[in-house]
Amino acid sequence: MSSQAYTPGLKRKAATIVRKTRMLPIQGDVLVKKGDVVEADTIVARTFILGDVQVVNVAGLLGIDLWETSQYMLRKEGEEVEKEEPMAMIKSFFGLFKRYAFAPVSGTVERISDITGQVIIRESRVPLEVDAYIQGKAVETLPNEGAIIETPAAFIQGIFGVGGEKKGRLMIRTGSPSEALTAREIESECNGRILVGGALVTNDAIQKAIKVGAKGIVVGGIDDDDLTSFLGYKIGVAITGQEDIPLTLIITEGFGEMAMSEKTFSLLKEFDGRHASINGATQIRAGVMRPEIVIPRPELAKKKRGDLEDKGEFLEKGLLPGTPIRIIREPYFGALGVVSKLPVPLKTVESESDVRVLEAELDDGRRVIVPRANVEMIEE
Amino acid sequence: MTPPRTPSKSKMKPEEIKVILATDCGSTTSKARFFKKLGNEYRFVASGEAPTTVEAPFEDVTLGVRNEILEVEELTGHKILAPHGIMTPSKGEKEGVDLYVTTSSAGGGLQMMVAGVVKTMTAESAERAALGAGAIVMDVMAVDDGRRPYQKIGRIRYLRPDMILMAGGTDGGNVTHVVETAELIDAAKPRPRLGIDFELPIVFAGNKEARVPIEKILDKAYALKIVDNLRPVLEFENTGPARNVIHELFMEHVMSHAPGYDKLMKWTPIPIMPTPAGEGRMFQAIAKTYSANVIGVGLGGATTNVYSMYEDKFVRTVSANLGMSYSICNVLKEAGTKNIVRWVPFECLEEDLRNRLYNKMIRPTTIPQTVEDLVVEHAVAREALRLGFEHHKLLARPLRGVQRRRTIADIFEQEAFEETYIDMLYIDWVAGTGGLLSHAPRRAQSALMLIDGFQPEGVTSLAQDSVFMMPHLGVLSTVHPKASMEIFEKDCLVRIGVCIAPRGVGKEGEVMEVAIRMPDNSCLEEQVSFGSIKKIPLKEGEKAEVEILPFRGGDVGQGSGKARKVVIEGGVVGIILDARGRPLVLPDEDNERKQKLIEWFKALDAYPERLYEMCGR
Repeated sequence: MSSQAYTPGLKRKAATIVRKTRMLPIQGDVLVKKGDVVEADTIVARTFILGDVQVVNVAGLLGIDLWETSQYMLRKEGEEVEKEEPMAMIKSFFGLFKRYAFAPVSGTVERISDITGQVIIRESRVPLEVDAYIQGKAVETLPNEGAIIETPAAFIQGIFGVGGEKKGRLMIRTGSPSEALTAREIESECNGRILVGGALVTNDAIQKAIKVGAKGIVVGGIDDDDLTSFLGYKIGVAITGQEDIPLTLIITEGFGEMAMSEKTFSLLKEFDGRHASINGATQIRAGVMRPEIVIPRPELAKKKRGDLEDKGEFLEKGLLPGTPIRIIREPYFGALGVVSKLPVPLKTVESESDVRVLEAELDDGRRVIVPRANVEMIEE
Repeated sequence: MTPPRTPSKSKMKPEEIKVILATDCGSTTSKARFFKKLGNEYRFVASGEAPTTVEAPFEDVTLGVRNEILEVEELTGHKILAPHGIMTPSKGEKEGVDLYVTTSSAGGGLQMMVAGVVKTMTAESAERAALGAGAIVMDVMAVDDGRRPYQKIGRIRYLRPDMILMAGGTDGGNVTHVVETAELIDAAKPRPRLGIDFELPIVFAGNKEARVPIEKILDKAYALKIVDNLRPVLEFENTGPARNVIHELFMEHVMSHAPGYDKLMKWTPIPIMPTPAGEGRMFQAIAKTYSANVIGVGLGGATTNVYSMYEDKFVRTVSANLGMSYSICNVLKEAGTKNIVRWVPFECLEEDLRNRLYNKMIRPTTIPQTVEDLVVEHAVAREALRLGFEHHKLLARPLRGVQRRRTIADIFEQEAFEETYIDMLYIDWVAGTGGLLSHAPRRAQSALMLIDGFQPEGVTSLAQDSVFMMPHLGVLSTVHPKASMEIFEKDCLVRIGVCIAPRGVGKEGEVMEVAIRMPDNSCLEEQVSFGSIKKIPLKEGEKAEVEILPFRGGDVGQGSGKARKVVIEGGVVGIILDARGRPLVLPDEDNERKQKLIEWFKALDAYPERLYEMCGR
């Protein structure tokens, strides 16, 4: 029963129901109706967010006391101003001399302060849109907020990514999951595509992919140096997805040269050329957000829902004998296998820590003992 | 979401409480600690751990809490969980608990922004108040911080703090600048991180003359609380009222909007406390119990909290970017690869080390299975402690802006005035908590990490939290101080030993001489060469009288080169005679450095033989 407490899991499913809630950060207009069929770039909802503000030191500009500010304003709170329009004025020498405070931007006068002598101007609202992200059907609308889009799809989670949502056709670029993706494998035909490589992607390859206009890269591993060169800075915490980068990168195994899992590679290969939506956003906390590859499969729409629906039972059941796992720490990092035993008593491992362990039978036939904390379950 | 219930104190009398459950919902892991009254005293019985489930896809903290409790149930056979919460009170020997308490730093803990007028005065005091309340300070804003108003507004909008603390102006002093800050905050229209429809709590603890205009600007759109000025006069800092109201608002406005906390708050009759606040209470307890100057550290997965209780001044800092799992690569980034590698005694390519740490960052719940992995994590920990303490010293310094009568000598000592008031020679205790320290397979490993990270000088007791329960005992102490202190003394505080380390650097061949009168009255005479370290066993609870004669130029608290006599208490490691010098400098030459590390590790019997075999030594 307690096994579940330790084990993170990654999904790798050939057929499942993927449901995405597409919501505005603040309330707005929903542009789709329940039942609408949408493309990945269909706009689902739209709103406007508050514009930037500018603070103008009116008292300072006019040379008046702070408490006099509102007396010299030509525009009152709530009124609109145009850029470079005089919004405050003082006359001196019987009106012969005039001094103005001009609006630095167009917007609305939000506050006139007689305590600080400052005037705050709010710029116009900025539109904000949310698209469907995946091809599918709007199965529910959320009034003033957005919609839930659903599709049968293949669904694969990576372990780490950078870059946000991108859409494009999948394109396999290496012959096997153990080959590195280098600049040689990237040509002009990769424009607009999501490239799939094997064990590693080099920075040269990333740069070439950007040059030819690829949308994304999915690969087993990357050296931290190459990631740093790509981003232009070092990552300190794995909270990603907001980077201002031209393509999204997803790694499926980890840092360093790491062959992509055979099954992940085969699954991606099966859908070579198909439309996919990817998101590199990663947020590593308990209850993690991992990067994802969604390959909509509308041809499965007629299949029974029950056969496809992800009931979340796999992770809930936790580790059991027979559960497929990947070892995620030395000395067996990257090895795949199944749980063979789950001994209850704590066991002392090489580091001399007393931990809860499991015995695993690896794909290469070895039987090994590893801390339960050092495996992840693979949901297929 | 149901409105938060105002928790009330437990209805049972303290003496009736026999079974206690305490949990801490950490950023990575939720940890349950189960206590019972055995005979006349409260003792720790069992623990359970499970990943925290605040974030997607679970978004309900109670799932993780149930999982950790399940583990306790499995280990003890004691039934605790009810279908919708926790069984209270206890029935018989194997069912229910009489008291359930919890701390939380899940979902990033309490994230605050603070603002003041002058950066080094009221803004710094506000920062200390927020940190003291257990918050992570996302930004410190001040009128003189060099940023333009639009930059500040942009920053406030971007940060989305859980709460804002505004200070500024001594009572009767500046009003304009205080109001200016309020105007900027209002212009930014900040939204709280959790529960976007709720009002953002703002605490005003500044010039009382500014209260009316501040209310006018902020009262409508925010949950504004006004408390006593935290810097009523420049010479005095009064952070207590602000700290208390932050705790109240943390419960009412922040916790109640975090996923699942509405349920969790109903499970416990005691307000949920931020984890660092719980931890801080226990470090303060050490200082109070032993009338000592104490440095405490909570080395967590996401953050490093450093606490100092120095001559009755309590300061907490949090290095929100330094941690041993999520933020392990921030330690790498801030310390640099070379500074981490310098603590590793075997061949370790820098790029391999970086990839290894990046892999830990993306799989933060994994634990070292091999000795190499363990040594690498301990290397990172030393740097996290060092950097966390450097950060701490920037805030543990005298109040700025205080008028002082200055002499010519003071002018020359201006630099010293700007520096921390913490003098390591007068620190009596260094104590640590957090998963990595508590789970170190040998206590000598924790001892070395604390010594290398903090570099205590003179005579310093070392202690650590046995299985990470200081936050639990901290929140428990608010309702049952007796149980909290009994468990703290007997099951939580592990006395590692005493570190004797002269300040200063000696020359090769010079020695520190130590005469020790052991509990059986035998006398040991030890000589430790400069650059070496040695361990003398002295068990927990045993006392010995030592006379220390440092190497030439070394100071153990009596002045340069002077002897010191002191009575010390032992620990699980014993007496650590550290003649490596302060500051501690590792040899530049690679082989010599590795050899020294192995020599030190062996001297303390810190790691298994396999490590030395691997290093070929």
